[in-house]
Amino acid sequence: MFHRESGVFKTSYAADMALYPLPIAKWAVAAFAVLFIVVAPLTLGEYYISILNLCLIAVVGALGLNILVGYTGQISIGHGAFMSVGAYTAANLVTHLGAPFWITIPAGGLMAALIGALVGIPSLRIKGIYLAIATLAAQLIIEWTINHVPAISGGAQASIQVPRPTLFGVQLKSQVQLYFFLMGFVVLAIVGTANLVRSRIGRAFVAIRDQDIAAEIIGINIFRYKLWAFAISSFYAGVTGVLYTYYLGIANYEQFQLNVSIDYLAMVIIGGLGSILGSIFGAVFVTLLPILTRWFLEDYGWLFFSQSDLLNAIPNLRLIMFGGLIIFFLVVEPEGLNRLWRNIRNYFRVWPFSY
Amino acid sequence: MPEFEWQFTLVLLTNGIMIGLMYALIALGFVLIYKATDAINFAQGEFVMFAGFIAAGSAEILGAPFWLSAMFAIIGMIALGFGLERVVLRPLIGRPVIAVVMATIGLAAVLRGAATMAFGAGTRAVVMPVSDEPLELGPVMLPPVQLVGAGVSLVFLAAFTWFFLKSRTGIAMRAVADSQQVSMAMGINVRRYFALAWAMAGIVSALGGVVWGTMLGVDNQLALVGLKVFPVVILGGLDSIMGAVIGGLIVGIVENFAAGYLDPYVGGGTKDFAPYVLMIIVLMIRPEGIFGRRRIERV
Repeated sequence: MFHRESGVFKTSYAADMALYPLPIAKWAVAAFAVLFIVVAPLTLGEYYISILNLCLIAVVGALGLNILVGYTGQISIGHGAFMSVGAYTAANLVTHLGAPFWITIPAGGLMAALIGALVGIPSLRIKGIYLAIATLAAQLIIEWTINHVPAISGGAQASIQVPRPTLFGVQLKSQVQLYFFLMGFVVLAIVGTANLVRSRIGRAFVAIRDQDIAAEIIGINIFRYKLWAFAISSFYAGVTGVLYTYYLGIANYEQFQLNVSIDYLAMVIIGGLGSILGSIFGAVFVTLLPILTRWFLEDYGWLFFSQSDLLNAIPNLRLIMFGGLIIFFLVVEPEGLNRLWRNIRNYFRVWPFSY
Repeated sequence: MPEFEWQFTLVLLTNGIMIGLMYALIALGFVLIYKATDAINFAQGEFVMFAGFIAAGSAEILGAPFWLSAMFAIIGMIALGFGLERVVLRPLIGRPVIAVVMATIGLAAVLRGAATMAFGAGTRAVVMPVSDEPLELGPVMLPPVQLVGAGVSLVFLAAFTWFFLKSRTGIAMRAVADSQQVSMAMGINVRRYFALAWAMAGIVSALGGVVWGTMLGVDNQLALVGLKVFPVVILGGLDSIMGAVIGGLIVGIVENFAAGYLDPYVGGGTKDFAPYVLMIIVLMIRPEGIFGRRRIERV
């Protein structure tokens, strides 16, 4: 990830597939681990940690969506709804059975995976635009169902209070505690994705993305692997939903509407399709964008707007920047932030002799 | 009371047809773009909203009469269509479907933000110079606005059907949609027809914006009408104008019947829900829709 190498000297497939291509990569990862596990929680205030937590949650969801969109080449505008499936599954388990997090999180993920696979069934016959519209329909239908079935939504305003999870008998009250809790799942998600995409399943996904008919001819069961992609991706989404519910302390379908699906698609596109690092970049970028916009406008907005216009301008400018950035990346840098990072890295790889 | 039931059904049916024709008008903009450029416009609802804002804004701020503000909307949307094709869509030619889908989703966000910023968040009115008195036909009440909207729809649907079947430009557009490479080889200026298709979609959206803006008022909620486009075009077939009409009628009727007969049992909201269920069924059975052309993939 964060390393320099002077050339390709690999002599075996095992070396080519290694998670750490160079010893220095291990050190770089270790350095980042120290930065995020020791330095960040010690130095940052509660509010900044809560923002970091939002980023962590988004990373899990973005990784999941990237498995589906970036690696398998399918499309889903329904991931917000899959998150809500996970969220409400967990919330109901907590309120009715008092289930701990190590049950609710896998359960939320599995339920979302089941629904996701169901939604993925049409992907055998339809693709591209049709699949996009079918998943859009799934988003709206799931939203409606949760909103109108009191057994799921808990009745009043379709929201269920969920207490923070307890770990080793301690309830995770502060943002820092929650930060470590979430960090564990992020690491799991990253390692899981990295291993998935270099396994047999992952290679089948990439084959389907690159040329589905050719993949079928060389013996990949397209239907099974497309369903796998939907299920795994939705599992991540479900887990994201549960984590988000724990973070907010409430499960509410309004947190998982169409715009959330679009946010996550934007993360994958801005970050870089088919790249783990890209998912992380994208998730952090899209999560921070509205926050940074607000900070910037609160401090410097008076340069452009009168005080009364400013409050109206903030959400609209956010929308414009959000949409504008999606278009910008699609038109100018389709491979996203990940590509930009690689360009920078490649420049410094042979620096200062870059001729 | 069987007679009362019959009247209720008739009212639902007429309303469904009227609304359905107006859905068809919006879906037409979508179909035009898909038919000519193979691109999917997820910002169709925002196009309509933006047009509505131009019409309402020019009427309120400049005090323009209705016909002039409608003209403003049409001219503005043509310019917008040309501009967007140039800046956003043209660089994406030949890229995967998801790129175009996401670009138009991004476009939708930009348009929503820009329109609210330029015209404010409040609801504005488009005032069509027709009377508010509903037309009474037996048990059925028809607001003149809906009649005008349905009429405009029918006229434009007929005009575009003729355009694609008979006119030289329309035939060239169909050729471009069929195969860009072959059309280029035959001497068709592909880019010009792409731009033209977006401009035409702009005109249709402008009319949609004026009609729907008159009915619902113009604010950023108007863009939600765009969500109804998808069931309509999937039912009818993405590349069929006739399909847009039939799909629009089906969606209009289905959602009115759902609202009339199901809402009392499940507690509301079936209106937005039923068309999507219908659409999923169609996608499972016949993905290309009623009038759509089946595409055969070859290796």
